[in-house]
Amino acid sequence: MANFETPALREYPVIPLVHAGTMAHSKPFVAKPDLQKALGFPGELPENWEKQAVKKLGELVDESRALRVFLDSCVKCGACTDKCHYYLGTSDPKNMPVARQDLLRSVYRRYYTLSGRLFPKLVGARDMTKEVLDEWYSYFHQCSQCRRCSVFCPYGIDTAEISMAAREIMDSISVGQKYCNEIIGKVFSIGNNLGLPEPALRNTLDGLEEDVKDETGVDVKFPLDEKGAEVLVITPSADFFAEPHIDGLIGYAKVFHQAGIRWTLSSHASEAANFSMFIGSHENLHKVAFRIREAALDLGVKRIVVGECGHAWRVAYSFWNTLIGPFDFLDPRYPVPQHICEFTYDLIQRGALNLDKSANDDKVVTYHDSCNVARASRMGTMPGGQFIIPRAVIRASVNKFHDMEPGSIHESTFCCGGGGGLLTDDLMELRVKGAQPRMQALKHVVEDHGVNYLAAICAICKTQFAKVLPYYQFPMDMIGSVHGLVSKAIQLGTKE
Amino acid sequence: MSTVTIIYAVLFYVATVVLVGGLAYKVYVFACTPAPLKIPTTPAPVTRLGVVGRMLREVTVFESLFKSNKWIWLFGILFHFALLLVLLQHLRYFTQPVWSWVVLEQPFGIYAGFIMVVGLLGLWGRRFVVDRVRYISNLSDHLMLALLVAIALSGLMMKFVFHTNIIGLKEFFLGLLSFNPQPLPADPVLLVHLALVATLMIVFPMSKLLHAPGVFFSPTRNQVDNPREQRHVAGWSASIHNPGGR
Repeated sequence: MANFETPALREYPVIPLVHAGTMAHSKPFVAKPDLQKALGFPGELPENWEKQAVKKLGELVDESRALRVFLDSCVKCGACTDKCHYYLGTSDPKNMPVARQDLLRSVYRRYYTLSGRLFPKLVGARDMTKEVLDEWYSYFHQCSQCRRCSVFCPYGIDTAEISMAAREIMDSISVGQKYCNEIIGKVFSIGNNLGLPEPALRNTLDGLEEDVKDETGVDVKFPLDEKGAEVLVITPSADFFAEPHIDGLIGYAKVFHQAGIRWTLSSHASEAANFSMFIGSHENLHKVAFRIREAALDLGVKRIVVGECGHAWRVAYSFWNTLIGPFDFLDPRYPVPQHICEFTYDLIQRGALNLDKSANDDKVVTYHDSCNVARASRMGTMPGGQFIIPRAVIRASVNKFHDMEPGSIHESTFCCGGGGGLLTDDLMELRVKGAQPRMQALKHVVEDHGVNYLAAICAICKTQFAKVLPYYQFPMDMIGSVHGLVSKAIQLGTKE
Repeated sequence: MSTVTIIYAVLFYVATVVLVGGLAYKVYVFACTPAPLKIPTTPAPVTRLGVVGRMLREVTVFESLFKSNKWIWLFGILFHFALLLVLLQHLRYFTQPVWSWVVLEQPFGIYAGFIMVVGLLGLWGRRFVVDRVRYISNLSDHLMLALLVAIALSGLMMKFVFHTNIIGLKEFFLGLLSFNPQPLPADPVLLVHLALVATLMIVFPMSKLLHAPGVFFSPTRNQVDNPREQRHVAGWSASIHNPGGR
């Protein structure tokens, strides 16, 4: 299949010994100059790029308390060293969170601390050089910004913040990653990550209406740009045609149908994903998110609901109010934004949905907590609602459910291996190896409980698992949407 | 007044200014640097009071470290609490009359010195034994531990092996506090102990020891998880003005 070995799955988790340089060759494709320029970055490496990179680092530290505190506070205690799925899967020591941070911290110390200016060798400070830049490009594209390390750090140091900053610095001197930057460019030029123009989108949705009608005999609508609808649904564009994502979208539509709530998608904002977060660019983060405010105002909706997408939910939950708020034009009785799982959960609580669990009796389900949902957001009113609510929706839709081992779920969940802008074929080795800890936990519930359905609420997780499951001898169609389960269980024509 | 006394008097005035001034500057810089986005590591408290609780748990029982690694936690907590007891015990050399609770605390503080060494050696041992921690250790990380171990050992030596002129020492420090320097006993072990402590004070605000104030400013730990309920803006995000609302 490929030019590398898939890591073995073991009986018990094993922390690998350090093998320096095993992933030094891993580098994603570099973005072409026109891609860079479209996002407001320079197209060519400037002559004094070292100086500019160092200057940009200083600016970023000045405008982010997180970055400053994180760069100053690490004591190298080692608590994070066995927490990153990429370290566990590759054994490359530069994939230990602290070592990854040190790639940038060493430069910060050299130019912005007294000890680093005076005694660089002593404190591990380094000049900004081509070698350092190459190392940044390689290893800051081996971080999925999943924040697992930040859960375990005694100071809460979040490597995601450091890798976002590093990518932003690299972009500022023209060194960008093709996959992320091409996608952000598509959102600006066409409206979504997949480059699906409005007519194609409308066509797809019409097709879905026919499919559901054929299957159930019920007229379930998939409305687009419907002014005056109550709810605007913002979902990752993968939901429009990728498998298994699309079953989720069908699930949302059926829930809205049975609840009798008018909803709409928007062709102007046909994308929940916001890859600008991955590259740490707050100008682009704002610009991508702003389309959603425009769409909500234009369509005159009262609520915004976000579909199954991990990092999009982080941006929506944690950043939207800051970036594109205040939402004083929406109905104050509902949280803005609301997650589709919160929405469905509320309806279940109120008895508004008729779910027949036995429709899913062919499935034994486990649930993968997506990192950005688990460690960077919330659902409901209670801390930890992001763990409770999706599971409650699943349990309302299936009879057989088993959680994976405690160290691999909730806030300790392992990344799928493809988050943070790494879901590209040029990083396949990294993606497969990074999935090892999750696959290992999955194997245990497969063997112990016969689990055959891995439910997730993240478009990246779904695509990643569909691709890497076969490497570990699992069927690729094992991965599915939470709302795919709802879609099967919901009894249309019984409540409406 | 002897040269040694003059040198140490100046050293401690300088060390104190660097420690207090340096830390105050760093805290000021931390406080002034904006946190433009909400980034608490969730699940996080949804109220300010909850955040105070989370922070108290972090700095008293090292909650996150406990979740992470029991060995680092054990050695870390032994070292930090022993250090606290030792520092409190040392208050007797700077107060006259000595506060009664400091008198009661004396035996704990004295024996805590041994615990402190155990904790430090545990942490240091990991830097050799665990290959991952060996990989991430810089020379400065070893030197910092060496400095702390040397401070603890020289202190213990004065208590249990070569008794020093503790009355004279106390007069020296009370003199410094009242800007009326008194002679310092020229005992070699004492001079080493004091020189190392002054070094630690000077290094503190420009080293990784900044983790002490840093943890209180860490946005992943000190932010309230309420971005939907309350619009958060700071720094660059404060300059966002979105048109078209009501």
